[in-house]
Amino acid sequence: MIERTGQPFIRIRGLHKKLGWQEILRGIDLDVWRGETVCIIGPSGEGKTVTMKHVIGLMQPDAGTVEVDGIQVNGLRERELAPVRQRVSMLFQSSALFDSLTVEQNVAFPLVEAGVRDKKEIKERVAQALDVVGLSKHGEKLPVNLSGGMRKRAGIARAIVTRAQCILYDEPTSSLDPVVSDVIDTVILRLQERHGITSLVVTHDMKSLFKIADRIAMLKNGLIHFLGTKEELRDCPDKVVQDFINGRAEVDF
Amino acid sequence: MGQIAYLVRDLAIAFTNRVWRIGLVAQQIVSIGYGSQAVVIVTGAFTGAVFTFQTYAKFKDFGVESSVGAIVSVALCRELGPVLAGLMVGGRVGAAMAADIGTMKVTEQVDALRVMGVHPVDYLVLPRFLAMMISMPILVAESISFGLMASYAVAVYGYGVPSAWFMHHMVDHTNQWDIVIGMIKGFAFGIIITLVACHQGLRAENGAVGVGIGTTRAVVISSLVMLIANFFLSILLNYIWPLGNLV
Repeated sequence: MIERTGQPFIRIRGLHKKLGWQEILRGIDLDVWRGETVCIIGPSGEGKTVTMKHVIGLMQPDAGTVEVDGIQVNGLRERELAPVRQRVSMLFQSSALFDSLTVEQNVAFPLVEAGVRDKKEIKERVAQALDVVGLSKHGEKLPVNLSGGMRKRAGIARAIVTRAQCILYDEPTSSLDPVVSDVIDTVILRLQERHGITSLVVTHDMKSLFKIADRIAMLKNGLIHFLGTKEELRDCPDKVVQDFINGRAEVDF
Repeated sequence: MGQIAYLVRDLAIAFTNRVWRIGLVAQQIVSIGYGSQAVVIVTGAFTGAVFTFQTYAKFKDFGVESSVGAIVSVALCRELGPVLAGLMVGGRVGAAMAADIGTMKVTEQVDALRVMGVHPVDYLVLPRFLAMMISMPILVAESISFGLMASYAVAVYGYGVPSAWFMHHMVDHTNQWDIVIGMIKGFAFGIIITLVACHQGLRAENGAVGVGIGTTRAVVISSLVMLIANFFLSILLNYIWPLGNLV
């Protein structure tokens, strides 16, 4: 259920970021409403992941503001970001599971670090999270013994175990086969439908995009080139947009 | 230097927060302390042996060969024990620390920690720092002890220096401050190794190449800083606890 009243859950205004000499973001404005799934697309190197990292405070903008649930993220120090990171979680492109911990220990990690001491509660919440992503039978395994899709799902379980209100997905279906990608998409949809989780997804996977997105933002040259629904994207007359979603390249070697 | 200063600040905050993760500290003590014993013992023993071998020849020219125990003991306690143990631990543990943390950095595990509200310094650096503070003085003590045992073996069994004379000179000319100096240096070298290695790990980027560069830098920089720091520490500590007459 998307709530488009009041203030958006994520509110980005005038976001600028330079990495080295390259100006990656040149004034991004984007709102993500509570319960909504917004996908960010665009050519590689256009700042999709950089935008996402600003939302959770992994990067600080050169200019502009980022607000999450009314909290201004930019300007906060690392140790002051706890309120934001209680609300928002993130699935990394590489899943970023801790190699030395089992799947269960990885999923339990944020709970333990958040100060949950009741072992029964931890066990129950880990079991619930693993059940949501369909990994109940693989809790004892080390990440090295998981397939790419299972690692992504374990990463999602770790992201939802704290009952975060919003999850940021950085290319959740990259390097996965189409069937496993569909499983991940289904998990993302289920989290939105059953738990009302707000999602910001960076993706290059057009099939996934048309399955999970409520709205789509396309980045180009450090700005939002397109923002709209799936239908609007499909019908958009802009050549850049159509070339991108249809995978057409003008090759001039 | 600025980044190291920030690391020291974050380490101080982590320390004062008193979330010390005793389990992780224990793991690191096993990895750093227990795992480095063989390296440190062999280094200390053969350094003591070869130092005795070289010193005996010259001391014999002056007829003071029974004083070999004194010179070897003081040199091991004040300089050779801590410096060589520091260099060996820096090579072994510093490289491992930089590689571990660097790999976590380039595979986004450090960012994952941050996203879960865990400061990387609290989780990755503080346990290693505490483990090093506990392990390093013990490793230096082991290095010195095995160096002295090897020296005794070479002098007494190899060259026939009377055992009583060797022990007398050694005990007579080595005071508690020589041992304290060795421990202080071990402590200081532990700080240098941890800060340099963790800093190099945390700034690693660009995949495996970046981790390799960070690991190499960790060993080279920590070794050089230890040798330079040793010079200034020697001056300072010798000023506080001057070296007595040896012979």
